[in-house]
Amino acid sequence: MLVLGIESSCDECAAALMRGEDLLAQNVSSQIELHAPYGGVVPELASRDHVRKIVPVIKSVMEASGACLEDLDGIGVTVGPGLIGSLLVGVTAAKTLSWSLQKPIVGVNHLEAHLRAAFIDDHDLYYPHLGLVVSGGHTSLFRVNGVGDLVLLGRTLDDAAGEAFDKVAKLLGLSYPGGISIQRAAKGGDPNTIRFPRPMPGKRLDSSFSGLKTSAAVHIRKNGLPEGKALSDFTASFQEAVVDTLVRKTLLAARREKLDLVVVSGGVGANERLREKMNKKALADGVRVVFPPVEFCTDNAAMVAALAAVYLGRGTDHGLGLDANAGLGWQTL
Amino acid sequence: MTTDNVNLSLQTSSAKRTMELARMLAGALKPGDWIGLTGDLGAGKTCFSKGLALGLGVDENIPVTSPTFTILQTYHGRMMCLNHLDLYRLGNYSELVEIGYEELLEDRCVLSVEWCDKFPEAMGADGIVINFELVDEKIRNLSFEALGPRGRELIESVRDFD
Repeated sequence: MLVLGIESSCDECAAALMRGEDLLAQNVSSQIELHAPYGGVVPELASRDHVRKIVPVIKSVMEASGACLEDLDGIGVTVGPGLIGSLLVGVTAAKTLSWSLQKPIVGVNHLEAHLRAAFIDDHDLYYPHLGLVVSGGHTSLFRVNGVGDLVLLGRTLDDAAGEAFDKVAKLLGLSYPGGISIQRAAKGGDPNTIRFPRPMPGKRLDSSFSGLKTSAAVHIRKNGLPEGKALSDFTASFQEAVVDTLVRKTLLAARREKLDLVVVSGGVGANERLREKMNKKALADGVRVVFPPVEFCTDNAAMVAALAAVYLGRGTDHGLGLDANAGLGWQTL
Repeated sequence: MTTDNVNLSLQTSSAKRTMELARMLAGALKPGDWIGLTGDLGAGKTCFSKGLALGLGVDENIPVTSPTFTILQTYHGRMMCLNHLDLYRLGNYSELVEIGYEELLEDRCVLSVEWCDKFPEAMGADGIVINFELVDEKIRNLSFEALGPRGRELIESVRDFD
């Protein structure tokens, strides 16, 4: 089955082509560089840029794969959650292709696609498992019983983990995206220097990162902007607090749901310290943790194509009534 | 915001108190009211919006999360709806117009705008601007500025907060 996936829910404009379980081509056009001149200000609304990029991005994956649009068996597109203007660009492109080629179209939930990303490279994964989607916009824990069957166990009550990275990076004068710049600054730092709060480390599976952000802001206010070794120690300590919270909540959820497989995806899933600590702690619990490769952790269209292929295989076709839904939450269509 | 414009200054001793203050203000709100929120990262803007949502009758099981990523979140309360907007990620005013700001101003919801001082054009015609200042982990200084007669009415509604 040949499936084109389209993703434009936030800052990335992406397309990918998959045949069965093989990724033939993908292109992710990120706006990170475009926004670098803004000096760490998080990207502007992306819709106009998506309009410019969507057709070239789709064309590039078709050309790279050597396949023709007529060969497609279907099209998958992210319908939400995300920014409405950005989502609309991808959904409109997908519907146009669906209509002109007379091919089925499947709208997918961005969060479910993130979790399906782990299956692209690892064909031994199975359901049910625990899924953690952790990014700039999301910190959500799911029991994943199968494709189209997710149960939300916990989510952030205020800021997402990636947002905490971005905003604390901004306070420190570090560049966007904050997760990468904090990870870099934390190299060689002592994570035990500052004891930042572990947000809501209790028994609930919801998370909260706003207090941690505030704690970092208060620390900077009292002690001034850290530099050199102090910056490494500060960022290492902050990163450790985020990682500890995510690891603790995730493994607590796995125990509670009696699941022995955990999939972690989303942009923060690229964080090296999170990968290291989650793997180490999970091992002690007899739980296997899978992180998709970094290119599939951050927003991409291969995950959309991979997930859409499952729905298309079931005969799903959402037709031209398909709409973008910014506030979709975690529900599937 | 200059000190001359400050119509009321209050201090809250905890996030819980900040939410209580917001709930008190919510009791005086009418559809179409505009509330701007300014101040440092972590100073309590989203916390305040959470209190507003509760005060407008939004189900307490619905988390009022930071709108930084989504830019706009709408909550349907029993008394009124709340549009919670965040300009943090926006680059210029035209982007705000593009996501429908002018329609939001006409909407029969309360509009709360985080980082409203980012673009001068984004400031409401009337209503209030609340500036949050982080004193320490818990204490916040809040200063209220009225943008017009409606703003002055709203400030009176919380003057006796204690």
